[in-house]
Amino acid sequence: MVVFDDVSFAYGEQPVLRDLSLRIDRGQVVAIMGGSGSGKTTLLKLIGGQLRAGSGRVLVDGDDVTVMNEAQLYGMRRKLGMLFQFGALFTDLSVYDNVAFPLRERGRLPESVVRDLVLMKLQAVGLRGAAQLMPAELSGGMARRVALARAIALDPAIMLYDEPFTGLDPISLGVTGQLIRELNDALGGASIVVTHDVAESLAIVDYVYFLADGAMVAQGTPDEVRNSTHPFVRQFINGEPDGPVPFHREAEPYAAALNLERP
Amino acid sequence: MKRTMIDFWVGLFIALGIVALLFLALKVSSQSSLPASSSYTVTANFENIGGLKVRAPVKSAGVVVGRVAGISLDPQRYVASVTMKLDDRYRFSRDTSAEILTSGLLGEQYIGLEPGADDKMLKDGDRITITSSAIVLEQLISRFLFSKAEEGGTAHTEK
Amino acid sequence: MTNPVSRALQRLGAPVTNTLIKLGFACRFLWSVLKASPFALHRFSLTMREIWFAGVLSVLIIVVSGLFVGMVLALQGYETLVRFGASSSLGVLVALSLVRELGPVIGALLFASRAGSAITAEIGLMKATEQLSAMEMMAVNPIARVVAPKFWGGVISMPLLAALFSAMGIFGGYLVGVQLLGLDAGSFWSQMQSAVDFRLDVINGVIKSVCFGIAVSLIAVFEGYDAPPTAEGVSGATTRTVVTSALVILGLDVLLTAFMFRGI
Repeated sequence: MVVFDDVSFAYGEQPVLRDLSLRIDRGQVVAIMGGSGSGKTTLLKLIGGQLRAGSGRVLVDGDDVTVMNEAQLYGMRRKLGMLFQFGALFTDLSVYDNVAFPLRERGRLPESVVRDLVLMKLQAVGLRGAAQLMPAELSGGMARRVALARAIALDPAIMLYDEPFTGLDPISLGVTGQLIRELNDALGGASIVVTHDVAESLAIVDYVYFLADGAMVAQGTPDEVRNSTHPFVRQFINGEPDGPVPFHREAEPYAAALNLERP
Repeated sequence: MKRTMIDFWVGLFIALGIVALLFLALKVSSQSSLPASSSYTVTANFENIGGLKVRAPVKSAGVVVGRVAGISLDPQRYVASVTMKLDDRYRFSRDTSAEILTSGLLGEQYIGLEPGADDKMLKDGDRITITSSAIVLEQLISRFLFSKAEEGGTAHTEK
Repeated sequence: MTNPVSRALQRLGAPVTNTLIKLGFACRFLWSVLKASPFALHRFSLTMREIWFAGVLSVLIIVVSGLFVGMVLALQGYETLVRFGASSSLGVLVALSLVRELGPVIGALLFASRAGSAITAEIGLMKATEQLSAMEMMAVNPIARVVAPKFWGGVISMPLLAALFSAMGIFGGYLVGVQLLGLDAGSFWSQMQSAVDFRLDVINGVIKSVCFGIAVSLIAVFEGYDAPPTAEGVSGATTRTVVTSALVILGLDVLLTAFMFRGI
């Protein structure tokens, strides 16, 4: 349902993605893994049309996002649901109103229907009891789940998750992972999980892409990934500090920097 | 904050603002400029207009009947040519005299019209021929100083 | 491009180009706000909420400052006028100063620091916490849903606040002049009324405050929307809103006054 075809993107002079190609089919949960700054979040923004690719095509449900005008973009986004890293809940609205927001803005539904839908979505993430709380009163994990309820309010065909596992305690972690899998199976669409949490995502996804410095370095199913001999993958899933991704940022020799080398 | 409360306070706020505007419109100011359609223009030459300004009132018997619309110097005779817009409702005879007066000691200057006895009335574009000039400010001030000095002279007036 | 002269020229040119670039962005931003405005005004409850934040919550500071400014004007003006035996013109002095200048200008300055900064901070924080982005991904245009109502809330509130300021100031002048200094209430009001022209003074004052309202609201929403999504970014943007607004208000005031009251 989502296809990247030779996509390149740069912020000004700084290249972020280079000749990236990948595809995500209906029913799949796909993880995009990579270190910080490898262009993962940029990839999600390209799908949502918030950024435009410099070259190549981004197909969402068969339509090319890169050539859409604003109205078409807003139309296309109706098929998307996105979970932001820190939830991005509207701080001036209650949990209930947050979840109701997309329904009220887009649905033109009677308020009684909105109410039923909101309670259903909150029930799905286990937070129906928190409906009247304000976002400031929620813990990080609860806020993430409310944001998830809001993202699925209109039953999107494609779900995008930006770092859904970051900063969660182990229980919330498991809950969130299960929710992502179950929601995908229930909605029958596709899900893209951008993450660097290896263990949790390997447990729920169907396919993994590894991104480093904006380029695709490896891909495969979770089993292939676990048995992979690819040095980058090994370093990534075993969490080794040094390897293809160096621990040290490029710099002049350490000794020289400390003026230890006497002439 | 509930919707209805917001609506209530916003309504009150807008009502307050409108009341303030009405207060400015009705109590503080007056609608004195005449609409262009219902006025006619006459001119008058003065030897000295003193401090007369454009938009100064034109009064007859103390009633505002028009406004000064323009002031210019007649380059041939070196007299001030003053254009006035007068309200259509008020008609003046052709031998009306115009005088530049001051309201109060240092108040604004205005033109006073004194109607004459002619049967013919002033028309649009006519000129008022009988005029008397302004009392020049310096004369006023010297008179003012003089009277103050007579009272015993205070620090104020010696400045 | 390394010799000192060209470096100095670069240093001179950089702020100019940056300002022009920002001005260009602001114009395009204004256009997109205006394009989104029918939506915001159609769903008036959104704008209503912003009038509440920008207008209603500013009423107290406007009323109190207006009262004080009017009182000070009357006290100071009386001192000067009484030397010329013209103390009965006190009402004229107070009313003309307030209606023409102080009402719109001080009202707008207070509005910028009270409401403008709040608008910038709110939009900036919504951007920093990805709320605007989230809205966009929900296929809701944040400019129509968040920015345009705030803009129009400010534009609608500003003239009302300025009128309130002037009215309160004149009332303050009345308190000092008539109640405290013992001027005659009748001549206070009648002199004021005959000297203040509705069209020339009051309407021009309102036009000024509308212009200031548009300027301050635009600066506030733009700085918020343009703020870097960090804590320093938002606080910097808030400061810039107040500073830029103050400069723009005073600059615009010179221009508008020159056009309106060129005592020809």
